[in-house]
Amino acid sequence: MRTKSLIGNAAFVLLGLFLVFLPLSGYQEGIIILLCINCIAAMGVSLLTGFTGIFTLGHAAYMALGAYTTAILTVRLGVHWVPAIVAGGVVAVLVAWLIGIPTLRLTGDYYAIASIGLGEAIRLILENWQSVTRGARGFPGIDSYTTREAAVAFFVILGILLFNLINSRLGRELKASRDDRVAASLMGFHTPRSRMKALLISAFCCGISGALLGGYMNFIQPSMFDMMKSTELTAVVVFGGLGSMSGTILGSAIITLVMEYFRDISQYRMLIYGALLVVIMVVRPEGLLGNREIWTFIPGLSGKSNDRRRDK
Amino acid sequence: MMATKTESRVLLELENIDMFFGGVLAVKGMSFTVMDNELAGIIGPNGAGKTTIFNVISGVYSPTAGTIWFREQDITPLMAYQVNRLGIARTFQNLRLFARSSVLENVMTAAQNRYRYSFRENLRGHLTPSYRPDPEYFYGFLESILHAGKWMSRETNIRKKSMELLDRVGLADRADQMAGTLPYGMQRRLEIARAIALDPKLLLLDEPAAGMNPEEVFALNDLITGLHKDFRLTTLVIEHHMDMIMQICPHIICVNFGAKIAEGTPEEIQANPEVLSAYLGDEEAVGE
Repeated sequence: MRTKSLIGNAAFVLLGLFLVFLPLSGYQEGIIILLCINCIAAMGVSLLTGFTGIFTLGHAAYMALGAYTTAILTVRLGVHWVPAIVAGGVVAVLVAWLIGIPTLRLTGDYYAIASIGLGEAIRLILENWQSVTRGARGFPGIDSYTTREAAVAFFVILGILLFNLINSRLGRELKASRDDRVAASLMGFHTPRSRMKALLISAFCCGISGALLGGYMNFIQPSMFDMMKSTELTAVVVFGGLGSMSGTILGSAIITLVMEYFRDISQYRMLIYGALLVVIMVVRPEGLLGNREIWTFIPGLSGKSNDRRRDK
Repeated sequence: MMATKTESRVLLELENIDMFFGGVLAVKGMSFTVMDNELAGIIGPNGAGKTTIFNVISGVYSPTAGTIWFREQDITPLMAYQVNRLGIARTFQNLRLFARSSVLENVMTAAQNRYRYSFRENLRGHLTPSYRPDPEYFYGFLESILHAGKWMSRETNIRKKSMELLDRVGLADRADQMAGTLPYGMQRRLEIARAIALDPKLLLLDEPAAGMNPEEVFALNDLITGLHKDFRLTTLVIEHHMDMIMQICPHIICVNFGAKIAEGTPEEIQANPEVLSAYLGDEEAVGE
């Protein structure tokens, strides 16, 4: 068990080192940074949607909170960017906690509906709170603290923590309350609290992701974190496979790369994006990897045998 | 077979439980007691309110009126997860496994949630029930995400205990299979293993033999009586397989239309005219 965990973590670190030391042009480096940023947010949403079964359409709001917190701390108050990014995550967690108390009593589709409203509400507050956020004009002059090393480091650290989490008691707790809420509560789990844990962790990831996005773009504005962005996060998770963290990373990577590749024909990009989602939903309705992690597809590597596939 | 004098104290007591859904009566004036270390059964035709009784005991529903006592404590207002932590585990008539997890993970999900039960004096000097996680099977959030500290040893304990229980119910060789793909009878056994992994004091089995063939029922009887003996587990079984209950339960409660109509030993139940008319009389119509 210990070795398995160490191998997983080591693989992540190696992936990180590979991404950091890969010789790339400035443009390609930008793609890597964007990839890491998108992956961090998607992994957070994956924990909530894929592993806890709560669909959300408002998580871009937590990215916005992280981005604005970090921007204000670094630009106005001169805080170093590392603690500022972490603070961005923490602010997202605090807001998620306030939002979670009343809304996590809702489950399934009801929470998704509520999350749309809450996400838009947070965006509108940022847009209208001119004295702090400069409103719709956006917040310029953020330092470029999101270097390739920084983005990859955050991606690797959060990735390792999340993989460890889903392979621990908390992971089983979340999956239990996803699969059967009544059975989970009769296993001694306080399921609203389980859902809250998942929401807070996912908000933290999205906050960090937003903070990194600010440092990469040097400029943020509320419209960057609209419902479109929220939908994209959830779509990527469904695309990669609900209940598969590696699927989320893979899905996020594919979507980001495809979108970059077709940047030249930008007016048709959303068309391709939509077509891609439709194709994957038709060909593999359970997402790219279903609810399995990528290494379970390699025969002989994991203890779990591969011929016993889940019945659809 | 019967509990000795020193052991026979009341573990669970239902006192005048009423359960209404809107205006519909499901359970009316239900009272019975289950002694410590007893193997008791509840029988009754379909729709008699048997599962509702379980739902009330396990905290899924809170009763319209009446009191439930468990280890001399009033557990009526507690929520399902709290009732569970005090040591009441159950299985479900319509299986509720974590279908997308492996068989082993299903049991581990329960084994990580073993709670120790004690009484604590509250501010007003009353004894109130309290529970804390069994330290041998518990580790914290930081240990979870860092896979450090006690993670390794506790996770090993959880896994070992789960495999032990899977072995006990005869599913050890299926440990890595998805729970949802198991045959029906095995899913029932897995539910029992999962419930026992919680280390309960009282086990509620809701129609454990439903959908099983006679051979499977025979093996299940052995399993239930074996577990009852080995784990000193007080067990309450709901069944409408009359034969099965008669064979394994020395104490039987018979319900019909949400009320208790008879209680006693198998012989007494079989001789009771009300039971015969309510239950045995139309057994043909009951079916599966």
